[in-house]
Amino acid sequence: MAIEHADVLRAAHLARLGLNSDAEAAGYVDDLTQILEMVDRLQAVNTDGVAPLSHPLDATQRLRADEVTETNQRETFQACAPETAEGLYLVPRVVE
Amino acid sequence: MHHMTLTELAKGLKAGDFSSRELTSSLLDRIERLDGDINSFISITRDRALSAADAADQARAKGESRPLAGLPLAIKDIFCTQGIRTSCGSKMLDNFQAPYNATVVEKLEAAGMISLGKTNMDEFAMGSSNENSFYGPVKNPWDRTAVPGGSSGGSAAAVAAGFAPAALGTDTGGSIRQPAAFCGITGLKPTYGRVSRYGMIAFASSLDQGGPMARSAEDCAHLLGAIAGHDLRDSTSVARVVPDYLAELDTPLAGLKIGLPKEYFGDGLDAEVESAIRDAIKVYESLGAKVCEVSLPHTHLAVPAYYVIAPAEASSNLSRYDGVRFGHRCENPVDLEDLYKRSRAEGFGDEVKRRILIGTHTLSEGFFDAYYRKAQQVRRLIRQDFMDAFEEVDVLMGPAAPTPAFDLGAKKDPVSMYLQDIYTIAINLAGIPGISVPAGFAGKRPIGLQILGKHFAESQLLNVAHQFQQATDWHRRHPSDQETT
Repeated sequence: MAIEHADVLRAAHLARLGLNSDAEAAGYVDDLTQILEMVDRLQAVNTDGVAPLSHPLDATQRLRADEVTETNQRETFQACAPETAEGLYLVPRVVE
Repeated sequence: MHHMTLTELAKGLKAGDFSSRELTSSLLDRIERLDGDINSFISITRDRALSAADAADQARAKGESRPLAGLPLAIKDIFCTQGIRTSCGSKMLDNFQAPYNATVVEKLEAAGMISLGKTNMDEFAMGSSNENSFYGPVKNPWDRTAVPGGSSGGSAAAVAAGFAPAALGTDTGGSIRQPAAFCGITGLKPTYGRVSRYGMIAFASSLDQGGPMARSAEDCAHLLGAIAGHDLRDSTSVARVVPDYLAELDTPLAGLKIGLPKEYFGDGLDAEVESAIRDAIKVYESLGAKVCEVSLPHTHLAVPAYYVIAPAEASSNLSRYDGVRFGHRCENPVDLEDLYKRSRAEGFGDEVKRRILIGTHTLSEGFFDAYYRKAQQVRRLIRQDFMDAFEEVDVLMGPAAPTPAFDLGAKKDPVSMYLQDIYTIAINLAGIPGISVPAGFAGKRPIGLQILGKHFAESQLLNVAHQFQQATDWHRRHPSDQETT
């Protein structure tokens, strides 16, 4: 399956990844085209009736009891944040 | 002292030939003197290492008995270390001091081991040459015009160069085994889930696994015993007893059945690599092993399936880097979207962006079934190949990589780099363990023999590797001082 310029722009937007120029986007179109051509070898194999494998040991998610086990460490975790005030993360204004 | 194994160094400490402080300080000096050119470390934690060494010496004076106590090692900069920069090789995390320790870091500290610092790596572990690091490429200590392999290139180079007797690495598609092969050391990727991933920065969560890199299989056995085990903080870690990995090292190999996957000896395999691997197989025959050819018929689909699954999982895992809670934030964002987009554009390198874009594209509406679901179906076929082979043989053997270490700057396009991992990637898709052991040279550049086993067969792999190392001395070679100075 080919990938178009618009697909790369769409993926970049979905991933919230800024692209600096059309040339940069074009570079990714070339790279991704090459990679997806390689990936397209998968289409040649018949996988009818084969269950998808998402965990190499076929394990399922383990659940624990719904109990509070962690103490509040807000100050510790916010110490590495770019900008906080009064225990909140600061970002540009979203609602006017 | 700089090229001794952990096992030998432990004896030296016990006999009082040297103290942990003397050993640690000597390695730190060597790193300071010689790593400028090799670039295997991102951060060196001298003060912490020396005070930990002093504590180990004091514990020894009081009758210390932990086998690894006082022994230094290096830690790939993907493992969170409290209060120390954990960069993952990325500008995104250049300013990140982890607020907690990875489980394996805690376990090694509890074993009394001493971290010398954090090693260089491909950004977010995405790469096979260590050329994708924000902190610059690592050079191969055997030949400085060559790459050390990746993504655990700094760990492998540090062990080879005599900077650290051992290191921690991680392996998502070959990132322990291929650099171990390129740098002439021993590297083990354990079974998926054997070692906790808590505090190990996520790349592709159904494939990532941490493991030891060292100068012998015996040393890897010591380290694996220290880091393996169930962890309530990692829901993918496996609740299964950790055996004594040293117990089976000396088991004779008579009657061992070795399978050679014919697909691992086909087109694209370098002649010198093939000849070294065939010679290694002859050593096993002389030890009483039986060798036969087997087939892993879906091998050619491993790299394509991986380059759907790994980028898809990466695009999801890396969405956490948003410039809000930690990591890089752009200057003067005009709005929230600008903050996200520019912080991520500035913080991530080229290969990481490429994989985020592929992963986002293949997971997006209209493409999911054709790519992700298809790749997961093929993943099951690939795993089944190994299970069928292990009905016939005990272990599989082949090269760890199709060529010896390639030149720095040689692989310009992404796909040719991806195809470097052709013999390692399927192992992660199947979740089985694999080890690379030194098995010869092509000129100055080392060659690695890869040995693969069933799920949780680490004891057997370590036994098979150890017996080879009792019969050969490839693992005892190290770059000459001329090469390293």
